[in-house]
Amino acid sequence: MTRAKVTAPGLKRRLGWAGLLAWATLGLPGISAADDVNSTGLAVTEDTVKVGILHSITGTMAISETGSVQAEKLAIEQINAQGGVLGRKIEYIQEDGASDWPTFAEKARKLLVNDKVATVFGCWTSASRKAVLPVFEQYNGMLYYPTFYEGLEQSPNVIYTGQEATQQILASIDWVVKEKGAKTFYLLGSDYIWPRTSNKIARKHIEKKGLKVVGEEYYPLGHTQFNSVINKIKLRKPDVIFASVVGGSNVAFYKQLKAAGIDLTKEKPLLLTISVTEDEILGIGGENVEGAYASMKYFQSLDNPNNEAFVKAFKERWGDDIVIGDVTQAAYLGPWLWKAAVEKAGSFDVDKIREVFPGIELKTAPEGYVRIHENHHLWSKARIGQAQKDGQYKVVYETEDLMEPDPFPEGYK
Amino acid sequence: MKTTPSASSLMSRENLYFLVLAALLLLVFPVLLDAFRLNLVGKYLTYAFVAVGLVLCWGKGGILSLGQGVFFGLGGYCMAMFLKLEASSPEATASQSTPGIPDFMDWNQVTELPWFWQPFHSFSFTLIAVVMVPVILAFIIGVAMFKRRVGGVYFAIITQAIAAILTILIIGQQGFTGGANGITDLRTLMGWDIRSNEAKTVLYFVTSGLLLACVLLARHVLGSKLGRILVAMRDQEDRVRFSGYDVASFKVFVFCLAAALSGIGGALFTLQVGFMSPSFVGIVPSIEMVIFCAVGGRHSLLGAVYGALLVNAAKTGFSESFPELWLYAMGALFIAVVLAFPNGIAGLYQRYLMPLEKKMLGGLGKAANTRPTAAARRMEETP
Repeated sequence: MTRAKVTAPGLKRRLGWAGLLAWATLGLPGISAADDVNSTGLAVTEDTVKVGILHSITGTMAISETGSVQAEKLAIEQINAQGGVLGRKIEYIQEDGASDWPTFAEKARKLLVNDKVATVFGCWTSASRKAVLPVFEQYNGMLYYPTFYEGLEQSPNVIYTGQEATQQILASIDWVVKEKGAKTFYLLGSDYIWPRTSNKIARKHIEKKGLKVVGEEYYPLGHTQFNSVINKIKLRKPDVIFASVVGGSNVAFYKQLKAAGIDLTKEKPLLLTISVTEDEILGIGGENVEGAYASMKYFQSLDNPNNEAFVKAFKERWGDDIVIGDVTQAAYLGPWLWKAAVEKAGSFDVDKIREVFPGIELKTAPEGYVRIHENHHLWSKARIGQAQKDGQYKVVYETEDLMEPDPFPEGYK
Repeated sequence: MKTTPSASSLMSRENLYFLVLAALLLLVFPVLLDAFRLNLVGKYLTYAFVAVGLVLCWGKGGILSLGQGVFFGLGGYCMAMFLKLEASSPEATASQSTPGIPDFMDWNQVTELPWFWQPFHSFSFTLIAVVMVPVILAFIIGVAMFKRRVGGVYFAIITQAIAAILTILIIGQQGFTGGANGITDLRTLMGWDIRSNEAKTVLYFVTSGLLLACVLLARHVLGSKLGRILVAMRDQEDRVRFSGYDVASFKVFVFCLAAALSGIGGALFTLQVGFMSPSFVGIVPSIEMVIFCAVGGRHSLLGAVYGALLVNAAKTGFSESFPELWLYAMGALFIAVVLAFPNGIAGLYQRYLMPLEKKMLGGLGKAANTRPTAAARRMEETP
């Protein structure tokens, strides 16, 4: 690990030395213990450990990332209330990525080099993750990344707590084919890497079953005119609209669908989305998206004791009107997985933690049981929910077994 | 400024300011800052290239471009393409279905390196392209606009539209450009690891040196007859035209020069940050760059450098100390600049510090006494 050369010691550093001195005079035997759990100079003392939170809390991504920040803080507070990690209270340093990718890289460097945080929970868009990746690899940090994403990546310095594309897509297409008798599909998405990759995986899977894709289209981020594609959909009458439109475009898309007379509750065509969580429905309006199906691994309405406790705690901490989407739950897993790994490794050292990752499990996850795969993604169940008028999803299907994460599906290697 | 003695004292004074900046960049910062902060300053300085270019074309030439991010981005992309090809050697990308091409092409089922990527295997071509690609685009835009006497607000709007178009183009063609993620994970420059602290320090000095050279070049341009014509054009375009000058050609020239500077800044940015993405090409970064220049003082080359440094340092500082509130602090700073000191830091300096300096130094002679007021008047005239 490279250390920054420090010519003019900062205040924090000096305080650190003063603290160390005071503490050393009080109880020398502690030194060896601290070395055992932290041989790489991370910000770990006898009673505290520093971690980083790195999300956009300003800029266009702030709406999406706020939920993740809240979930991570909640998890950290709960862990602290239970006595912390290896007997140390977690202190977080929060930085703002400001929806700007170089800022993410800059802040990641600051967290790893200046603050020496033990781990970082953060990022949301693929672009921000790609920007910080070289920084985490260079300084051997560890990032817990919460968003469902396109896959095609497997870094030794990232744990992906969301679904990668195949986990979200394969089971849901099997389901519409089996349960709804779907034969034709219309693929529609925002124009960037995640929808494009997802639709490629979807198309492959659909065609392998001998079924047909009758249209595939992309619109720029922020696009608000979907009338022409809606007309095409009416003309070609697909059984399923497979939608991966993201962000603000969703509001226009679902309103225009409804205005064009396509009632999603009639399921002709049926709409299956992989991008609309409870958070997005807040903006779209439950009445506009009612009847649509979503494939995710978590819905706020999941009926299990873990989730009940989680939703209750989340509302107590952040307010009653809050909704919890898929990514928020995945972000909540980060601190808990990290705690489990640290305790199994008996150390905060990133290298030692990496060795124990495969097989780390979480039985208390709101989504149910999850386990870390050798490829740093999570084994988790795929679920399908149907959007209700009140903005929640009703779970209509979940896979029996955990789905294996496969970030490099056939044809992408 | 009519008499030679005052002109020569002006030169020496400007030389002094230049030396102060040089000392600050080459001595003070490297001694006082740790590697991480020094690298940040290096990044800020790459924006200063754009700001210096804006002083030339906006402050002096009166051409407000809201699309300088386009040229910054093109320079940056040229460098990124070279670095990405180096990082995508057949050995390093052996696990792809087509080894030897950048990873994002492989994901997008591109099986062959596109023709416009081919020349970027060569470093010397890349260096030329970093300057020439922005210049050629600026030339085309400039000829198309200025020959038709499109100027002022209309020109600003068109440059902004070009910034939007280029962003959409880059994001849409993700198989060839890396899309919204940009070109990431750049590691080495001709085998030299650009991610190490040593490399970042070297790159900092290269950036500082080039920036100082660019400031000198810009000063030379402004000091020449050409510079006078630019200012004359800004203030009374028709008179210059009626005097027989081909106004459009001068405008095209200064716009191209500003584009070249931006391109160099972009290439250095890519080297220091390690990636390039469409988020530096669009409208928002382009307007930010104008703000750097405005905060520093759009009439002053050195002011622009300080403006870029100050705004970016404030951005980093505020956002570290108040992650939830920092945008308000930035907004307040910009409003303060527009309302209270429209000529930026340079204007403030001329107005308040120079008279103080004058008092303290007292008897430096008449030349020094008359000049600041003249300069202050010059600063306050609005184009």
